[in-house]
Amino acid sequence: MVGLNEYLILSAILFSIGVVGVIRRKNLLMLFFATEIMLNAANIAFAAISSYHNDLTGQMFAFFIVAVAASEVAVGLGLLILIYKKYGTLDLDNFTVLKG
Amino acid sequence: METFAFYFFAVSITALFAVTVWSKNILYAMTSLAAGMVLISGLFFILGADFLGVVQLIVYVGAVMALYSFAMMFFDATGEIKEKHSHPGLVFLLGGLSAVVMVVIFAAPVIGASAPSFYPPVEGATNPQAVGLVLFTKYLVPFEVAAVMLLVAMIAGIILAGKKMDTSITEVTDDIGDTNERI
Repeated sequence: MVGLNEYLILSAILFSIGVVGVIRRKNLLMLFFATEIMLNAANIAFAAISSYHNDLTGQMFAFFIVAVAASEVAVGLGLLILIYKKYGTLDLDNFTVLKG
Repeated sequence: METFAFYFFAVSITALFAVTVWSKNILYAMTSLAAGMVLISGLFFILGADFLGVVQLIVYVGAVMALYSFAMMFFDATGEIKEKHSHPGLVFLLGGLSAVVMVVIFAAPVIGASAPSFYPPVEGATNPQAVGLVLFTKYLVPFEVAAVMLLVAMIAGIILAGKKMDTSITEVTDDIGDTNERI
């Protein structure tokens, strides 16, 4: 039988992949993908704890995380399109307007 | 059977998300991300969270990935991305360590079995019924707030992306460049 620990370990691994992606990536769209990975890892942990503790609160939180992720993508992609129209690139190293 | 399914999903999700993070091609990254999300909904079905699995399929794979693929039509997604990496090993170490620390911090009290069960599922109800009972009684206010938030996000997305939509990207004169030259 698969216990709660296996699910939490899987969630930790996926969350690590997401954090490494956020730190490593220089392309803004790829940064968004890494954020989605982190949100999904948290969702797995919530659903697993909810199932093994016989408590629906975890599933509620996962549900709201999905809603937050959807709105984040809608606003973020609008901003990305504006940035791409202005600068012609999505590379973080090029956004040096504030550089002294 | 359940054990086999869990390990199959776990290994495939990890591999697919690793492709997402380390791939140089946006198209490959997006496709593997979508596939990983489909498999995550499989994990939810194993856990008995049927409603969450269906929501994951509809919202993530249906809506979010469709949004990403629409947005990719604005970007040049065919070529490989060039990224400058100065310390790849250090990034891996720091990212992994901080992520593990965060997961341990949040998971330790729950594993300690001291957390009480606030809303156990109703006896004899299927998972979607139980979710609906809790969602529309105890979590009604957050549900409505989430609805307002989604509306605000929709309007923001339309206004942000729809600006200057009637002109081609190459014909748009950027104001930023002009002001920079003047300064």
